[in-house]
Amino acid sequence: MKKLLVSVSATVLLLSSSLAISQETLRVLTWKGYAPAKLVKDFEKETGIKVKLTYSNNEEMIAKLRATRGAGFDIAQPSQDRIAFVQRKYPIYQAIDFSKLNTDQLITSMVDAVKKNSGVDGKAYGVPFCYGTTGMIVNKKLAPDANDWSDLWNKKYAGKISYRLKRPTLIATAFGMGKDPFALYNDKKAYKALMKEVETKLIESKKYVKNYWTSGDTQIEIIKSGDANVISGWDGKGWSIHKDNPDIDFIAPKSGALGWIDTFAIPAKSKNVDGAYKWMNFMLKPENAAYFTNKEGYGTASKGADKFLSKEIKDNFSRSFSKEDIDNIKWHPPVPDGFEKIEAKVLDRIKAAK
Amino acid sequence: MKKINSTLYLLLLPVLAWLIISIVVPHLDLLFKSFRFENDDGLMVFSLNNYLAFFEDEIYWLTFVKTALYSIGITFLAFVVTFPVAFYLTKVVAKKYSSFMVLLLLIPIWIGELVTIYGWMILLSDSGVINQFLLSIGIIDSPIEMLYTNFSMTIGLLYMSMLFMIIPMMSALESLDDSLIEAASDLGASKWTIFRQIIIPYTIPGIASGSIIVFMLVIGDYVAPNILGGKSSLWFTEQIYNEFLSTFNWNEGAAFGFLLLLLSSGIVWLALKLTGQKLDRVGS
Repeated sequence: MKKLLVSVSATVLLLSSSLAISQETLRVLTWKGYAPAKLVKDFEKETGIKVKLTYSNNEEMIAKLRATRGAGFDIAQPSQDRIAFVQRKYPIYQAIDFSKLNTDQLITSMVDAVKKNSGVDGKAYGVPFCYGTTGMIVNKKLAPDANDWSDLWNKKYAGKISYRLKRPTLIATAFGMGKDPFALYNDKKAYKALMKEVETKLIESKKYVKNYWTSGDTQIEIIKSGDANVISGWDGKGWSIHKDNPDIDFIAPKSGALGWIDTFAIPAKSKNVDGAYKWMNFMLKPENAAYFTNKEGYGTASKGADKFLSKEIKDNFSRSFSKEDIDNIKWHPPVPDGFEKIEAKVLDRIKAAK
Repeated sequence: MKKINSTLYLLLLPVLAWLIISIVVPHLDLLFKSFRFENDDGLMVFSLNNYLAFFEDEIYWLTFVKTALYSIGITFLAFVVTFPVAFYLTKVVAKKYSSFMVLLLLIPIWIGELVTIYGWMILLSDSGVINQFLLSIGIIDSPIEMLYTNFSMTIGLLYMSMLFMIIPMMSALESLDDSLIEAASDLGASKWTIFRQIIIPYTIPGIASGSIIVFMLVIGDYVAPNILGGKSSLWFTEQIYNEFLSTFNWNEGAAFGFLLLLLSSGIVWLALKLTGQKLDRVGS
């Protein structure tokens, strides 16, 4: 019996010692593509910190961090509009200490915007990393006239339409109907009424939809395979398809592309806060930020990255965005608490409709 | 004797700890959550509202009814498709080949559900293998829409659950004495009579346990309906996922989870009652 106890406790000891971290690690909760392998390698070489990546999206990030009350990851990358209301309800992040950040290499206007939008009680919880737009990806040979959100319910493209059944589509539909949903963010009742109209519109036109895409990969798949010609999509994805198939390209819808900014945020129980700041400073260094942008196509919040960008990336932008299109980008303001509940019901009813 | 007992308990300790920490406690936590409801003042109160919401809002229970009906249908299809295979493997083919063939049946499970589903996408898409083939030999003029429909979802669910129907049926069939079939045949029974009067009654416990596994797997699946299913294929598990991840309403999601458990167990119980089966016999 005694022997057994000894061996059991020895095993336990052995297990716990092997679990102990022998090397400094940084656990990054991010989106696919936001931490290119080359940059991770360079960072590990430069700092000696081992990087562990977990890929996720906005909804899952919030759920994961909420489940652990902000533990399990050292740095996360939520969109700027999804920080403040979450932070107010479940304190899963810690405030950003801008003195630890090399702010010289950041675009000041973006930092200020994110500071404001991710702010709770005078403290900021986000640092801008990259930005992009949600617009449309169109097969220009087969659907040359598609140029607005309203084409997502245009009978002309029946059976060849696809979009993601998530909140950006509801917002886009409202803009396509000539409304401004962001103006109603302080009026829950009016917003609810508007969402009802959006619901009716999308259920009515559901028969024209080929399928709802669900991720970056399925988004590419459905238009590349020819199953759809007119879809909602992200600029970086559209441009990457354009490289292989020049007929397909990203366009900014007439009624306004939706602009998003993804950030760095530090979970409340991060075990490596210093490493997190090192990672931010490293990723936003002009050369590194430019490497990311050249690879993924999304714009960067790094100030000096411009001169390292490839011609192709610059061409992409000027091809899809005229001066007017840029002025017309609708940047996502922070989502008020409780609004996603309204939207979720709407989304459920659309999905369940015949 | 006593010594053996205490050693046994000590050995059981890790398993028990694992079961309690990772299964019992989270379930209790979810159960507790499912009875908490945020009222209009933003306060969490004890309430049955999460459960009532399921019955009050028709979108929820209609989704469940649809999910349950599809699951029953797929279970039946799985039986129809796999019974001949199970019979062939146990009664017709030579013993030395049958184990190799069972191995072949296992291979799709090794690959993983997600990969097999992407395989089906390649086969079924408008520009996929099947449509290209039919187009090239001139049977059809334009691609048949197969992917992103209830048809493709059914195929995906059927494919991933078939094996779990075959194995229990095979073990039931294996113990069926061939001489029973021969005797019936000698006494002049037709093939259909043998099938109906001898083989089916004898295999029923295997069929029942296979059906329970398949039904539970299908009704609780998330991946196949989500990827292969089309724009109208809202599966009940997707609704639970949405409550947790889109609405951040974990309380509602927890209540739906328990409703899924209760209602699907109820369906299994009802099916066993209707067919006159007993759970302990099915288990053996």
